[in-house]
Amino acid sequence: MPTGVPIEFAGVSKRFGSVAAVSDLSFRVEPGRVTGFLGPNGAGKTTTLRMLLGLVTPTAGSATIGGVRYRDLLSPLSSVGSALEAASFHPGRTARNHLSVYAKAARIDSKRVPIVLETVGLSAHADRRVGGYSLGMRQRLGLAFALLGDPGVLVLDEPINGLDPEGIKWIRGFLRQLAAEGRTVLISSHLLSEVQQSVDDVVIIARGALVHRGPLSSLEIEGAATRVIVDSPNREQLMAALTAASVSFDVARAGILVSGLEPGQVGHIAFSAGVEVSSLHRQKSGLEDSFLAMVGQGGSL
Amino acid sequence: MNLFFPAFRAEVAKLLTTRIWWILAIILLVYIGFVSGGLGALFGFLSKSGDEQPQGAPPMEILAPMLYGSVSTFGYVFPVLLGALAVTSEYRHRMLTPTFLATPKRGMVLGAKSATLLIFGAIYGVVGVLASVGAGAGVLALFGLDTQLDNSDTWAMVGRAVLALALWAVIGVGLGALIPNQVAAIVVILAFTQFVEPTLRAVTMFAGWAASIGRFLPGAASDALVGAPSLFNTGAAGTGAEPFEWWQGGLLLAALALVLTVVGYFVSWKRDVT
Repeated sequence: MPTGVPIEFAGVSKRFGSVAAVSDLSFRVEPGRVTGFLGPNGAGKTTTLRMLLGLVTPTAGSATIGGVRYRDLLSPLSSVGSALEAASFHPGRTARNHLSVYAKAARIDSKRVPIVLETVGLSAHADRRVGGYSLGMRQRLGLAFALLGDPGVLVLDEPINGLDPEGIKWIRGFLRQLAAEGRTVLISSHLLSEVQQSVDDVVIIARGALVHRGPLSSLEIEGAATRVIVDSPNREQLMAALTAASVSFDVARAGILVSGLEPGQVGHIAFSAGVEVSSLHRQKSGLEDSFLAMVGQGGSL
Repeated sequence: MNLFFPAFRAEVAKLLTTRIWWILAIILLVYIGFVSGGLGALFGFLSKSGDEQPQGAPPMEILAPMLYGSVSTFGYVFPVLLGALAVTSEYRHRMLTPTFLATPKRGMVLGAKSATLLIFGAIYGVVGVLASVGAGAGVLALFGLDTQLDNSDTWAMVGRAVLALALWAVIGVGLGALIPNQVAAIVVILAFTQFVEPTLRAVTMFAGWAASIGRFLPGAASDALVGAPSLFNTGAAGTGAEPFEWWQGGLLLAALALVLTVVGYFVSWKRDVT
């Protein structure tokens, strides 16, 4: 089982002409965890990942994998697996041939090709030309390319984009499994809600600069006040009970949104008033709110 | 160096797993067969229709090598196109990302591509020779003319034609790196090989000083390498500059391939892949 090594960005900057795409970015991605690399479209995520992979030369700073620059890795695809864009396939080549071309280039055993096709669920379509693939199938083939060398480090750019609900559920579990095996997993996304169920850590950038990094829970503390969703077969009674307890609330389609209280406290109010409760849970949107507050600073987008 | 052979194998696999290489090879086969057979039939017919040497037709002893050499005079555009497409499709289909992820040493990828195309160009040369010798000799035999297939000079020339097409494919790699836009590359190649170069060669034949420059044109160098009498040098005998020796022509083609590839490396190949 390959083990992950840390990814390290040290003062990485990139200018395209007069445009500063990435400015002085420094952070570390640890093995054994899934790290979400988040930011709005155009924040510099893809450029940052391309600098890590030696495709774009940084204007300043360095990005290393286990202390080694990508282009100095002895067997790159067996050290780092990456999926950068869904369109990187020759339309006239089959999925199997696409993978075997790069297996040859990277000296990877050709037996890996059917294995990774099976892993991503493309075995049945392996001998079709990629030109006829759907976006979701291209995403899966991109992931198969990333897994080809059974690498300890995975770098995936927007891996959930274009997948169907079943695929999203599958990839979330799969990313968790890869991290549990000790690999380093870095995934980018412009939507926190897309990855919040699978990531341990978050690195958030906006306009090319770091705005936040830390465990996912760090967003909760800094985020807006938590809200509790509660509902009852008899909403009128529940609202009366909450009003009586001088609790502020809003009525939404999914239930009644209570601010400033823990679920237990809301449950106690309902119990004391003898109101039956049909649902009672904490609303997760606090994370998204604090994410948007961070990346929205200074009016990006 | 330990990544060169894997990169080379990958480049061979890239060509073999798409259709363009055999489509172009079939067109080459049919086209050269048609040209060689057609010209052979034309001159064969002329030679039988009168006792005199017909006006404008090449002398009989150079007819066979001229037909066999049509593989390079008319066919060299095919390996150039294949070489250019091998490079420009990497840009067009955004394949440079996976390519450079698998082989981060970019110069090695370009070197592997040139080596691959040298071999595929030689294969095109063999395919073209099958067409030019097959159709040409067949038609000559039909008219009872000398096929010169028992002459070792003929086979040496055929071998040099194969080398010429191999070098042209490598030139195509350099052109593709220099002009990464696939449509632009194809337009430039077709315009240059089908119009610009023939025009320049026709023009430079008329003056000695111009001819000494004209022999540096890539198509002229290619003809010098192959050494087959072509339509260009049969009509303009004695207008000055001696054509190059075959090895000089070969070196010129190789130098052109090298220069184009090195310039292309710096112009496009080593740039950021975004």
